[in-house]
Amino acid sequence: MFKVLLSRLGQAALVMLVVSAVSFVMFRYVGDPVATMARENASIAEKEELRQSLGLDQSIVTQYGRFLKRTLSGDLGISYRNQRPVTQLIAERLPATMELVIVATFLSLALGIPLGVLCALRPNGATARLVQAISLIGISTPTFVTGIVLILVFAVTLGWLPSFGRGQVVDLGWWSTGFLTWSGIKSLILPGITLALYQLTLIMRLVRSEMIDVLSTDYIRFARARGLPTRYIHFHLALRNALMPVITVTGLQIGSLIAFAIVTETVFQWPGMGLLFIQAVSFVDIPVMAAYLLFVGLLFVIINTIVDVLYAVVDPRLRARSA
Amino acid sequence: MTIKLAATLSVALGALMGLSAEAKTLRWSSPTDITTLDPYAHTESFTTSMLHHVFDPLVRRGRTLELEPALAVSWKNVKPDTWRFELRRNVKFHNGNPFTADDVVASFARLLDPGARARGNIANVLRAEKVDDFTVDIVTKGPYPLLLNDLAGVYILDKEWMEANGALKPGNIATGVTTAASTTAIGTGPFKVESYKPDSGTNFVVNPDWWDKPQHNLTRIEFKPVKSDATRVAALLSGELDLIAPAPLQDLARIGNAPGFKVIEEPSLRLIMLSLNFRPELKAMPGQKNPLLDPKVRQAMWHAIDMETIKKRVMRDKSRNTGTLVAPPVPGYAKENDTVLAYDGAKAKALLAEAGYPNGFKVKLNCPNDRYINDEQTCVALAAMWTRAGIQADLQTESRATYFPRQDRGEFDVSMVGWATLPPMDGFSVLSALLTAQKDGYGGSNSSTYENARIEALTRQAASELDEPKRRAMLVEALKVAHDDVAYIPLHQQPLAWAARDNIDVPQFPDEYVRLWFATVK
Repeated sequence: MFKVLLSRLGQAALVMLVVSAVSFVMFRYVGDPVATMARENASIAEKEELRQSLGLDQSIVTQYGRFLKRTLSGDLGISYRNQRPVTQLIAERLPATMELVIVATFLSLALGIPLGVLCALRPNGATARLVQAISLIGISTPTFVTGIVLILVFAVTLGWLPSFGRGQVVDLGWWSTGFLTWSGIKSLILPGITLALYQLTLIMRLVRSEMIDVLSTDYIRFARARGLPTRYIHFHLALRNALMPVITVTGLQIGSLIAFAIVTETVFQWPGMGLLFIQAVSFVDIPVMAAYLLFVGLLFVIINTIVDVLYAVVDPRLRARSA
Repeated sequence: MTIKLAATLSVALGALMGLSAEAKTLRWSSPTDITTLDPYAHTESFTTSMLHHVFDPLVRRGRTLELEPALAVSWKNVKPDTWRFELRRNVKFHNGNPFTADDVVASFARLLDPGARARGNIANVLRAEKVDDFTVDIVTKGPYPLLLNDLAGVYILDKEWMEANGALKPGNIATGVTTAASTTAIGTGPFKVESYKPDSGTNFVVNPDWWDKPQHNLTRIEFKPVKSDATRVAALLSGELDLIAPAPLQDLARIGNAPGFKVIEEPSLRLIMLSLNFRPELKAMPGQKNPLLDPKVRQAMWHAIDMETIKKRVMRDKSRNTGTLVAPPVPGYAKENDTVLAYDGAKAKALLAEAGYPNGFKVKLNCPNDRYINDEQTCVALAAMWTRAGIQADLQTESRATYFPRQDRGEFDVSMVGWATLPPMDGFSVLSALLTAQKDGYGGSNSSTYENARIEALTRQAASELDEPKRRAMLVEALKVAHDDVAYIPLHQQPLAWAARDNIDVPQFPDEYVRLWFATVK
């Protein structure tokens, strides 16, 4: 067991190293920070001086080495754009993204599972067909279109919900939350739905197919033959077994929700990490971009490592093979 | 119980309404956010305009953009390179500290520090010296006529606050130093910063102790950046915002037709022009003589452009076509220079034939797609027009982040440039940055390597000419040479469009600054 853990951690470290190297090479092609930082009237000498003070005149290998050394000592550097420590910027934005992801995950589970069950139990019913058709739209509409349409309907036409921002937030230590005020909760609804939509359809379809599989197994037939109540069979026996893969997928999807909240955050001016990253890209703010990519990389590595370790715990065969 | 609740509610409502009769809040939005609250740590004109609500400079721009006294009440040249400023008395910073000459000296020292990102804004200032508590001398590198223009962008910070918070020196990325000034702003201006949350919003409250008589009636400003154009317009129409600046061109008609909203428009100072490659060879035709070196070819290219169509189709009739390189409000502008070479396909072809290119030639056209208003569409139209005249333009568009570094390195043949002459708001800026060769600190953005002896001489003379009419005449003459020589092909003046609720009255300025100390809410 210990061996498995150790080899997993080794692999995780290697992945992080590769992520940082690849992202660093990419920065060469996103543009030149000096061009966005210097004044419009700046002379050539002024720009050169700025380039030197940022260490951008050094070779890419030297720059990468320096970056690694700094990052390993826990210092993510200072944003080129607003000259504040990157760690501080990310800590400020983390709560907004996390709360959005929590709401989106909750919505997708709370709606996806019952709808999936419904479609599985009456696969040919009118409701099931309608839900299936709508889910196709949900899975194929780009996020920014969904977002704008929701804004036009619920903010502009009906005037029920705010079109952007987080509303009133309450600070609990360093964590700022929108769950404790009415305007904060209202602000979470539209971006939450927008972000949840893809996830929701995914879970619904997964639950549906798993349920159909489980419902045709022998033990369900046996339970029916014994005359157990239908409710008990469907929800206690079948659904529980169908949910196993849903849990795994949801766990993995949380990672991608955090990483890909970028579009939703841009449409709703949600002050999270995605918005921070988009602005860093347009300003060529390398320290912020590097920190964000490292963070997302780390997130995926952690989630996958946990899942792998859990598999090993659950399945003795995996343990035996790797040992 | 219900009745009691209703009664309480109506009392509360009444109180709210009573409050709103006095409290005038303006909520507004723009696509960019304030970069930092430290006025010396950035070079963005948007952030400069926002911080002007909090800080005052020694001299400022008034309603018609004329320079007028602010923290300095008067000034005179005691020597050609030394200006003496008499400071305003009884001015207090937002923290209650009095404003004196020490604050001015400390502010200039901070801005002149090698770590200050904005120090290029006063590249011609050597130092500020205290004469007495309310008199300051500013020493320039030789006679320098544009000192007041530069000073209009230098905000004065409180020395005591900087000392107490370790902010006497600016932050420095290279050494990893950050200062409290990035997130706290203590100035003398008309508004105080109440809260600053990047990408969420910045709130300002009125400064009741401002030294000047307010021309606004606001008690509070809520600034909320919204990056997405569609969302920003939606938020205005849904009543969550009172003003959006800028408003996207494609939505102006819709907003103007919506009851209760209005669109405010004016041509901005930013001129869009085409930079031409003056190197021996074109990137598109290596090994052959560069046709652009022939003035006839440059004229032909200009004659081949149908600016009226671009104005109507691409800019939705909101732009103003221009024949010169500065906008009308800027010193150096002259009506006689502002003549567009008329669209004339036959003449363009004839000129090309005269220059020895009867079958045209190949050229690369590069444009940004996210910097200027409808930049990409403008270039698509240009390429099509040139192709009609026989010039094969190979168009490539890209994001500003990669476009400008490439332009700086001189990788383009024909490329789009936008110039607003900001912050000095003077024609000298075009001459010194775009029309002079890259030496002695001149030609900072002249990557096309254009050079003209007369312009070089006039620019250097104008740089130290303190007699204003003489200096302007030099600017006008130099810009005439640039026009006749087709150093650049001027296209149009960008439109500036804002949208607001009907009850908002806010003046627009061609430098695109939002100056809410002139705004009133009815």
